[in-house]
Amino acid sequence: MTNSIDEITESQVLFVIGSNTTEQHPLIGSRIIEAIKKGAKLIVADPRRTYLAERAYVHLCILPGTDAALINAMMNVIINDGLINEEFIKERTEGFEELRQNILQWTPERAERITGVKAEDIRRAARIYAGAERAMILYCMGITQHNCSTDNVIALSNLVLLTGNVGKPGAGLCPLRGQNNVQGACDMGALPDVLSGYQKVKDPGVREKFSRAWGVEIPEIPGLTVPEMFEAAEKGIIKVMYIIGENPAVSEAHLSHVEKALRNLEFLVVQDIFLTETARFADVVLPACSFAEKDGTFTGTDRRVQRLRKAIEPLWNSKPDWQIIVELAARMGYPMTYADPSEIMDEIASLTPSYGGISYDRLEGWGIQVPCPHKDHPGTPYLHKDSFARGKGKFIPVNYTPPAERTDEKYPLVLTTGRVLYHYHTGTMTRKIDFLNKKCPEPFVEINPADAQKLGISDGDEVYVKSRRGKIKLSARVTGKIKQGVVFVPFHFAEAAANYLTIDALDPVAKTPQLKFCAVNIFAGSEEHGDS
Amino acid sequence: MTKYVKTICPYCGCGCSIILHVKNGKIVRTSPAVKDSINKGTLCIKGMLAHEFVHSPERLRTPLIRENGSFREATWDEALGMVAEKFHKIKEKYGGSAFGVLSSARATSEENYLISKFSRAVLATNNIDHCARL
Repeated sequence: MTNSIDEITESQVLFVIGSNTTEQHPLIGSRIIEAIKKGAKLIVADPRRTYLAERAYVHLCILPGTDAALINAMMNVIINDGLINEEFIKERTEGFEELRQNILQWTPERAERITGVKAEDIRRAARIYAGAERAMILYCMGITQHNCSTDNVIALSNLVLLTGNVGKPGAGLCPLRGQNNVQGACDMGALPDVLSGYQKVKDPGVREKFSRAWGVEIPEIPGLTVPEMFEAAEKGIIKVMYIIGENPAVSEAHLSHVEKALRNLEFLVVQDIFLTETARFADVVLPACSFAEKDGTFTGTDRRVQRLRKAIEPLWNSKPDWQIIVELAARMGYPMTYADPSEIMDEIASLTPSYGGISYDRLEGWGIQVPCPHKDHPGTPYLHKDSFARGKGKFIPVNYTPPAERTDEKYPLVLTTGRVLYHYHTGTMTRKIDFLNKKCPEPFVEINPADAQKLGISDGDEVYVKSRRGKIKLSARVTGKIKQGVVFVPFHFAEAAANYLTIDALDPVAKTPQLKFCAVNIFAGSEEHGDS
Repeated sequence: MTKYVKTICPYCGCGCSIILHVKNGKIVRTSPAVKDSINKGTLCIKGMLAHEFVHSPERLRTPLIRENGSFREATWDEALGMVAEKFHKIKEKYGGSAFGVLSSARATSEENYLISKFSRAVLATNNIDHCARL
């Protein structure tokens, strides 16, 4: 997030796109509700009428994957109505003319044909957003899990720059990170092309710095992303995988392909707290500790580094992940010596400019928001105050890219996947909790009443959902809360894993899989379900 | 006697501060932190039950090694020895590009840093990633 969670209630307009915030980020959802009570206007773009959509000033009921068309049309209205922030554009941006030329083609009427959102609603949303002094965009995987995710984010960035909604409290562009420490994992360089602090492995200066600190040469060629690794494993190029605290056998797109890759490995090590679906493929399983059995830090979605504190001793014969790594490294002839995680953080601070001022003694209170480059730095509540990382903010014209597969007669519905309030990701943790299982015991597919009627499906019926890649069996929830032509399946349930259906087409830059759009059909349980 | 430990919720990225109530080595309750926290005394339903999976009887209790198609229990010494030996052999034979490492958005930053260091410095590969895209 460019901003802090506490700034949400300072915004006058909140534009939530591709995020079911009250279910996926309940605390942030409650702040949005608080902001509305204080008078903020809410715009929601989502194919489902979510809790927030029901409370929105405008709900843009968008067809999945058409976000760039919607955002471009909003900019078209803002430019034509003279609502741009000329001073901000002049002082802090470049490339406006190129953007303007491109945006002129994106009339709300053109966008209506692509997005399914009425041109008049696009106009209303654009005028509300541009009319605010402080507007915040909050987005999640609905923007990024597409074959055009980079363009979607660039379109949002253009919208922010056009109206000068960045670099001040309560105004910005806020991706909501879905996992406790996904921000920290990225910041630490658990990525194929960068080391900690996003220092590029391709940069000889960076490699030299880390080589000196780590005492070995750092490989030069950027590595593979998760989906590329599975492809390489299927081809036999990757022979060994070491999977720590992840469950790709349920969470990745196009699961039958992932299973084939896992089976094809010469050796698989899985380190986790439970025997996950992925661990069942392993040659060696290493039992790790849970969050409650170790010290460390998590960095949350608003970049706050906070202390995780050990509450109990490791259970049974488990060990913290950091200790397992240290022991394994020693056995491979690379001793690492850390008395405790605080010493690892000291090493991180010495090599990572944005964490340069982080140490455990400074985290005792409420933690510090990175970037925090030195010991006297107070942390950064919001980003880009006076300038952007590259200097001026750059407008980059983008256009709508259709999804990697289309609906047709055989697969006429669009499947979009996501989470529910009561479960988390692949259910490894939450499905062990009785109360949550009672609240949401089984997989389901949400379908609009008009579609259900056409297919002869009633609420509660057992149905098959089938895509070009696979088929799952689950119960139907007929609800007017989902757009006609779109169906929703949560991906928590291994017994009807939504990812048997999803497509593994990737965004060319970010390599995010297109999990939010694939073509499916639905068959009543008693019927012959399209196997012919 | 109950011990109260302030820590961070293990679920989404909001970073809510939670208090774990520990009695005789067991976490018996989770409550929201009020002071120095983003959540200021509130917590969602998953957060309120954050401790429940920790003591699940289904937790992995010991290292497992696959033998003739099924798992058998092993010691840490045996399991880590086997992993180290296999990793070493693969590295000798094919080099770092034969490895793929998936780090974890559930693990701490310190652990993610070490997993990156292990991948690059020990396995000699940049094939390290995690579920940031999911």
